[in-house]
Amino acid sequence: MHIHKYERWWLTFGIGMLFIFLATIAFAAFADGINPPSGMQQLDPAKVASTPPFDHPGLHKLHDGSYEAYFVAHIFAFAPSSITVPAGSTVTFYVTSPDVIHGFAITQTAVNMMAIPGWVNMMSHTFRTPGTYFLVCNEYCGIGHQDMAGKIVVQ
Amino acid sequence: MTAMQTMRAENRVVIAHLYTSTAAICLGAIFGVFQGFSRAGVVSAPAWFDYYRILTLHGVLMALVFTTFFITGLSLFVTYRSIPRDRKTTAGWLGWTVMLVGTAMAAVTILMGDATVLYTFYAPLKASPFFYLGATILVAGTWIVAYEVLENVAYFRKQHPGEPLPLPVFLAASTFLMWIIATIGVVAEMCLLIPWSMGWTPGIDVMMTRLFFWYFGHPLVYFWIMGAYIVWYTIVPTRYGGKVFSDALTRLTFIMLLLLSTPVGIHHEFMEPGISTKWKMLHTVLTYGVAVPSFLTAFAVFASFEMAARRAGRTGFIDTVKSLPWGDPVFSGAGYGMLLFILGGFGGLINASYSMDMLVHNTVWIVGHFHVTVGGPAALTFLGCAYWMIPRLTGRALWKPGWALWQTRLWFVGMLIMSLSLHYAGLLGAPRRTANVSYVGMPIPNWEPAMMLSAAGGFILFISIMLFVAVAVGTLFANQKTEDMTAEFAEPEPESVPTPAMLQHLWRWGAVALLFALLAYAGPMHEMLTHPAYLAPGMRTW
Repeated sequence: MHIHKYERWWLTFGIGMLFIFLATIAFAAFADGINPPSGMQQLDPAKVASTPPFDHPGLHKLHDGSYEAYFVAHIFAFAPSSITVPAGSTVTFYVTSPDVIHGFAITQTAVNMMAIPGWVNMMSHTFRTPGTYFLVCNEYCGIGHQDMAGKIVVQ
Repeated sequence: MTAMQTMRAENRVVIAHLYTSTAAICLGAIFGVFQGFSRAGVVSAPAWFDYYRILTLHGVLMALVFTTFFITGLSLFVTYRSIPRDRKTTAGWLGWTVMLVGTAMAAVTILMGDATVLYTFYAPLKASPFFYLGATILVAGTWIVAYEVLENVAYFRKQHPGEPLPLPVFLAASTFLMWIIATIGVVAEMCLLIPWSMGWTPGIDVMMTRLFFWYFGHPLVYFWIMGAYIVWYTIVPTRYGGKVFSDALTRLTFIMLLLLSTPVGIHHEFMEPGISTKWKMLHTVLTYGVAVPSFLTAFAVFASFEMAARRAGRTGFIDTVKSLPWGDPVFSGAGYGMLLFILGGFGGLINASYSMDMLVHNTVWIVGHFHVTVGGPAALTFLGCAYWMIPRLTGRALWKPGWALWQTRLWFVGMLIMSLSLHYAGLLGAPRRTANVSYVGMPIPNWEPAMMLSAAGGFILFISIMLFVAVAVGTLFANQKTEDMTAEFAEPEPESVPTPAMLQHLWRWGAVALLFALLAYAGPMHEMLTHPAYLAPGMRTW
């Protein structure tokens, strides 16, 4: 099919830009390891309270100095509601839900994931700057959704 | 029946669809403005009618009811007027009735507080079965309208063998083919949700319902965009003495939209467990693909402006822009909608990005994005188009055309203010879908000024919608007769290339589109089926 000369230029430019964007995304994923959370571990929502480590949610320090933080997102609070880590710590967050879906987002970081009953989601972040970070449920979960928040204290 | 009687009967059907759509946007705006003020902390929702119920009503009325009734009305209109024949309007009326029954069922259930699940109705929030049934019946009604459009395609082909379908009908038919493929997702999801909400099944596979929802949820937005593109390609050029830049490229654009709108839904599920990163990456690539028909449209629309301006002896960028009829609400609705879509397009590429979505997911950035898209190019184009359709349907001159013009201007300004401030607050991390903005005692960034500004933009939009409703309803009461009820659609530019025969095969492209959709979801679906899901019993948390 004949396509007008200017239109060919425009399409070449537009599709070229898309390829540049996609190359950037691929570079970020494969070279820098920037990937969205995709936890593939499953957990029966009825057994969250009796399954370690979610039976005692909270912060665990590993031998290499990094942390694992296990969170249960339930209506309408996070357990634990607050954790404290030293500045420079890398924390891997694990989150699941025993009831409905929730969000798990820490403002001013890229930590942003869904807590889905039946699954454990995970995401890591290194907290370089000291301060108090806001942890919020950013998916509607019911009448008390606006009260579902917590803190990450970085000292 | 005489031709005139047939046209009157057809017009009545379209009027029913169009004014139902008007009623939906009117109610949706009332809930919307209240919600904006409530979110900014200016007013608070009473306990007996909470924020989330208002939010559910606003979302359902605007995203599902207003848009759908407008597009069914528009598609019936372009089909009836492009293929004149002695016809019965039974299917059009039946479609309208079924859609209305479904809408009423869902709306009453929400009003009663039995379905405060927002318009995405994410399981395991468990609404009353009447809500899910209502939504299903609404979709079933759209299929009757789809049948009516496609039956006319078959009739035209039989009567005029070898002739290309009239362009507006081709565009409406490809829109509905896309819609039929997309709504398979709704039916699949409802097959899980309805038995569960009736208590017949003990639990629900949450991720499966989300996969089905977003299989439908993203093509839904392309349904709106295709509706707006029908107007941009075939109706708007008649307002500035323009033509369709190229018949062939217009058909190609719609075939690309038919093919590429559905296999992209997982970009709404990037932050979820249970779907491997490889499928998320695949859907990023495919979503970027669906930007191409919009590039084609941007070119075609601006080229059509320029060719019309040149015919009138005007050249250069500024002179071309000035030559456009900005004082005509039919044009300005679409024109401002196009400008808003530039912002919407940029935001969309960020949201669909595998690596950037985590910065904006479920923040008010997303709310800013979909207001500047469905509320920009789609809704504003539709309102402008309504000013064109209403006199041609009712035989009455538009009441207060000046108000109509100011409606489009206010919308543009209000939407820019609301959307830009929501984008900004979203970057600070303000969550969407929450009744509270201040989170007392919590270490939140300072997003409150942006939320106040957003409420102000929302108020301007509310005024704009009230002006639209006044003009639409006022025209019926003022009863100023107009003789000319003919609807002209734009012709192709005389020197544009002939349309290749392969672009005419609607059914075949429809089949390829279905195959594309199935292929894009085969991987994630296989992955879900091989991980035995834990069922969630579900609950009512409101």
